[in-house]
Amino acid sequence: MSIVVLDNVKKSFGAVKVLHGVSFSVAKGQVMALIGASGSGKSTALRCIDRLEQIDSGRIEVCGHQVADPGLDLRKLRLDVGMVFQSYNLFPHLTIEQNIMLGPVSVKRIPRPEAKGIAAEVLAKVGLADKVTAYPEQLSGGQQQRAAIARSLAMQPKVMLFDEVTSALDPKLTGEVLRVIEELARTGMTMIMVTHEMNFARRIADKIVFMHEGKVHEQGGPEILTAPATPELRDFVSNEL
Amino acid sequence: MILDFTPILARWQMLMDGAWLTIQLAVATTLTGFLLGTLCAVARRSQFRLAAAVAGTYVEAIRNTPFLVQIFLVYFGLSSLGLSLSAVTVAIIALTINVGAYTAEIMRAGFDSIHKGQWEAAETLGLSKVQQYWHVALRPAMERVYPSLSSQFILLMLASSVTSQISTEELTAAANFIQSATYRPFETYLVIALIYVALSLAMRVVFWAISMVIFPRRRRLGTNL
Repeated sequence: MSIVVLDNVKKSFGAVKVLHGVSFSVAKGQVMALIGASGSGKSTALRCIDRLEQIDSGRIEVCGHQVADPGLDLRKLRLDVGMVFQSYNLFPHLTIEQNIMLGPVSVKRIPRPEAKGIAAEVLAKVGLADKVTAYPEQLSGGQQQRAAIARSLAMQPKVMLFDEVTSALDPKLTGEVLRVIEELARTGMTMIMVTHEMNFARRIADKIVFMHEGKVHEQGGPEILTAPATPELRDFVSNEL
Repeated sequence: MILDFTPILARWQMLMDGAWLTIQLAVATTLTGFLLGTLCAVARRSQFRLAAAVAGTYVEAIRNTPFLVQIFLVYFGLSSLGLSLSAVTVAIIALTINVGAYTAEIMRAGFDSIHKGQWEAAETLGLSKVQQYWHVALRPAMERVYPSLSSQFILLMLASSVTSQISTEELTAAANFIQSATYRPFETYLVIALIYVALSLAMRVVFWAISMVIFPRRRRLGTNL
């Protein structure tokens, strides 16, 4: 059963057409890698799924929510969808624990002691159990990104979106973040990740969607990365590896 | 020139009473002005065109007219509406309206400095707009504009001297009375100038202490946001 469906989604920024009719779907528990060159529209497609951008036409359904519906209760959508950004976007004035507790306490109205327990749990999952009282700036980039993943996990989303989450990190820090994501994939979390880490995508993704010039150009299992059907994907893969 | 402070020091109690009212005016209107200014900053940034236009008009109207004229407008405006309020109440209203406009611009700059990614992260966590301002934007915004904000409130305390014009019995009004009774204007105003300096320095210390409480990150790490 699909839990994320995009159907002929179109989106322009002013005169610039970014998505020219994008369609794909993700089943529950599936890990999908969204790949493509810069400017191919993959980040925009991802942002549309969480309504950070409103689409011009087409249909997006996420966990039963009609995302493009102007009357949609955004809070309900965001309770089901978690998002992790390239630039971490931790709140600098809050400790790591406060960052993580903010959503559960203010949005889900979970009592503080219980939210504290959730924070400890998700921080242990990402290997940051000892950073509870640290401020984001005291952490390395890799640690900050793992904390951001923990913050998203604490809301217990049904789908997690990763927007180039390792692009700002060196190979060593990238490795520690990818290990956390891989662990998460093993727990059966539905995930869509925009990534340039081809080896990683091949190893953990169940499904690869290759975007080219605002459209889904090729999709399939991880094997399409080793045996691309279209010259564009072949080109892209040979440049990335 | 022979300076003689004895007749002024003989009326020390009057100066202290005036200084005390100045302090009370400053504290009260710092709080009300901050509240009004922050709400106006939020309104000016909002997508509701009407709210943004109302806040914008208010801010520009105040920033382009002299404070003394504003006081008279409030004073005579309210009395022509049949409201007979005490001079202190009118002073508080006028000072709040005045400092609110300047605070609105300072806080707007603070909110504008919050990176787009911060709002998006808050948004994707499901926080409402009010919660985004309250939990995510307010303290970092305040921390960044804190020097301007505290200077503005010190200016406000100094500007409260203008309210002597509607016979609010604060420090400058006390001096006006003393100099006319003692015929020692230079000495009188010299003394209250020094009292104003002391009050300004005290406010700086208080603002520093407040910053240590409301910005725990800064207290612990000693770094700027």
